[in-house]
Amino acid sequence: MPPPLAAKPKLKIATTSLSGCFGCHTSLCDIDERILELAEVAEFDRSPLTDIKHCSAHVDIGLIEGSVCNAENVHVLREFRASCKILVALGACAVNGGLPASRNALDVADCLQRVYCERGVGRHQVPNDPELPLLLDKVRPINEVVRIDYFIPGCPPSGDAIWKFLTDLIAGRMPRLEHGLLRFD
Amino acid sequence: MFELETAANPQKLRRVAIDPVSRVEGHGKVTLLLDEDRKVHQVRLHIVEFRGFEVFIEGRPFWEVPVTVQRLCGICPVSHHIAAVKAMDIIAGAKQIPPTAEKLRRLMHYGQILQSHALHFFHLCSPDLLLGFDSDFTRRHILTVAEQHPEIAKQGILLRKFGQEVIRHTSGKRIHGTGAIPGGMNKALTVAERDELRRDVDQMIAWSKGAVDLVKQMHLTKPAFYNRFGEFDSNLMGLVDERGALDFYHGGLRATDADRRILFDHLDYARYEEVIDEQAKPWSYMKFPHLRSLGEEKGWYRVGPLARVAAADFLSTELANQERTEMMAVGNGRPPHGTLLYHWARLIEVLHSAELIRDLLDDPEILGTDLMADFGPRQEGMREGVGVIEAPRGTLFHHYRVGEDDLVKFCNLIVSTTNNNQAMNEAIRHVARTFIDGNEVTEGLLNHIEVAIRAYDPCLSCATHALGKMPLEVDLVAPDGQLLSRRQRNMTGTAG
Ligand code: SF4
Repeated sequence: MPPPLAAKPKLKIATTSLSGCFGCHTSLCDIDERILELAEVAEFDRSPLTDIKHCSAHVDIGLIEGSVCNAENVHVLREFRASCKILVALGACAVNGGLPASRNALDVADCLQRVYCERGVGRHQVPNDPELPLLLDKVRPINEVVRIDYFIPGCPPSGDAIWKFLTDLIAGRMPRLEHGLLRFD
Repeated sequence: MFELETAANPQKLRRVAIDPVSRVEGHGKVTLLLDEDRKVHQVRLHIVEFRGFEVFIEGRPFWEVPVTVQRLCGICPVSHHIAAVKAMDIIAGAKQIPPTAEKLRRLMHYGQILQSHALHFFHLCSPDLLLGFDSDFTRRHILTVAEQHPEIAKQGILLRKFGQEVIRHTSGKRIHGTGAIPGGMNKALTVAERDELRRDVDQMIAWSKGAVDLVKQMHLTKPAFYNRFGEFDSNLMGLVDERGALDFYHGGLRATDADRRILFDHLDYARYEEVIDEQAKPWSYMKFPHLRSLGEEKGWYRVGPLARVAAADFLSTELANQERTEMMAVGNGRPPHGTLLYHWARLIEVLHSAELIRDLLDDPEILGTDLMADFGPRQEGMREGVGVIEAPRGTLFHHYRVGEDDLVKFCNLIVSTTNNNQAMNEAIRHVARTFIDGNEVTEGLLNHIEVAIRAYDPCLSCATHALGKMPLEVDLVAPDGQLLSRRQRNMTGTAG
C-alpha cells in the first residue's frame, strides 16, 4: 500500500495570470470545498491568492492563465519556467492566445490612435511612463516563449477538469480528461 | 491639485514598488517615491496591462458581443454579459423584454454579485482582516484562514459556490455562459433547478447575515481605526429605481456629493456622456473619469458597495435594509467615507442578493417560458445602444454603435474599477501618508497600501480593456524560448 498522500511533504503549487481575464483562476476556485482537500497535500506559492510575489526556487506545479502580451508577461513566464518542475498552460489564452489574440489582426499603433481620438477623453494624453511594460506587437500563446509540459483547453477549463488534472498529477498518474471535461468553450 | 500624485523632483527620490499588487484580480503595481528621510513624495497605482477589447469588438456582429465581452473578466463575466445585452436589446429593436426573461437575467446577476463578493471577501481579503495586516506574508491567504477559522472559510466557499450555481442554472456555465441574448433569454429555469436552489437559499441568507455580523464585530473592536483608515470625502454614484432604492439591474443614475446632496438623480443612463468625462494620464492604462459639472479636480467619485448603498435611500429587502441603517449610523448623519467600510457594505449586498434570489425563486413567473421579445421594425441607419448595470464593483457602462450591416462600429466601455480609479489613488495616498511617511518601509506597512486597494475590490482584468499609447516591443522567440531578436519602435512607427 502506498502511504497516504498527506504523509508526504506538501507540494508547492504556483499560479499566475498573464494577459487573461482571471476566469481560469476563478475556475480553479470552482473546485469549491475541495480546495480544503487540496490544502492537505499542497500549498500555494506565488499566486494571486497569496502575497508571495516571486516564485520559490523549487515549485512542483505551475499553472499559467493568459497569453503573452507585454515584456512583463515574458519575464514572469520565464521566472515560472525556471522555478517550476511542471508547467501547465491553463485555458484558451495560454494554450493558443485566446480572445486577447484578436488584436493580432490589427495594426496596434493605428488602433491606439483611433481609440484616443474617437472616445470623448477630455485631455488626450499618451500613457508612456517607464513604469508601464513595453507591449508586444502580437499576443502569443505561452509555448512560443517557454517549454510547456501540459495544456488544458477550455475558456475556462471547468473546476472539475482542473481538479481531475491536479489529482491525477499529484497521485502520479498521467492526467487524463475524458469527454465532458475536455472541451474548448 | 492631487497631493502626492506627482513629485516635484522625482530624480532624487528612492523608488519603492509593490509589484505585483497581490490578492486582487488582474495586474497592477504601486510605486512610491521617498526622500532620504523616508518622506513620501509620490504614490501611484499603475494599471500595467492592455488588451484592447474596445477595438477588436469593432467589426464583430452585434449579437455575438454579449458572449465575447464576458472575456473581459472571469470574475464578473455576467456583469459584462448583461450590460452588453441590455445595449443590444435596443439595437435589436426590443424595447421591452418579457417579464420572465428580465427576472432570469436578474437572478443570474444577483448570483454574480453574491459569488463575486464572496470570492473577494473570503478568498482574497479575509486574510488581512482575520490574520492581521502585518501577519506573516507567506501565510496570509485563504488556506491559513481555513486552518484558523474553519467555519468562516467553509461558509464563504459555499456561499460563493451557491452564487456560481445560480449562474450555471441560468446561463449554462459557471464562467462565460450564454444565457442572455438580444431581446431576451435562451434558456428557461426548470422546476428541478428552481427547487435545487430554493432548497439551499435560506441557509445562504443565514450565512450572509453571519458574515455581516462578523464584519460588524471587527468594526466594534476598533471603530476609530475602521472608520479612519483611508477615509476621505468623495462624490458617490449608483443606480436607483424610481422609489430611490438601490437596483443592481436597472435604474436611473444618481450622483451625490460627499454630504449626500443630490447632484443629479434618475438620469437616463443613455445620456452618460453628458455628465461623465474621462481623462487619461501617462502612467496608467486606466482612465480617470469625473463628473463634468464639477471638473476633473472636484468631480471624481466613488462607485461600488459603499458608494451605492449610501447613495440609495434604502434597500428593498428587509434584513439588508436593517443592516444598511446600522451601517449608515456610523457616519453621524453623513455618509461614511472610510475605505474599510467597503467590506461592511459589500457583505450587506451579499445578504441583499441572497434575499433577492430567494424572492425570485418564490415567484412563479421565474419558471415561465416566454423568453423572447416581439421585435419592432429595425430602425434605419446607424443604431446605438447603451447598457448600464451595477456590477459587483460598481456602475458599469457599455456603449455600442452598429452599422447597417449589423457589425459593431463603435464601442466604449467604462468599467466599474475605472470609475473608482481616482478613489483608489486617493486611498493609497492617504494610507501612505498615515503609515509610511517617515517610517521604516516594512512588508507589513506596504501591505497596508494593498489593504486599501483591495477594499475597492478592483478588477484590474476588467480595467485593462482599454487602449493606451505606448511604444511597442517586438520579441522574436524560438520555440525553445530563446530570444532571437528584439526590436522596439515608438508611436510614430519608426523603428528604434
Ligand atoms: S481562457 Fe478564457 S477564462 Fe481563461 S483567461 Fe482566457 S478568456 Fe479568461
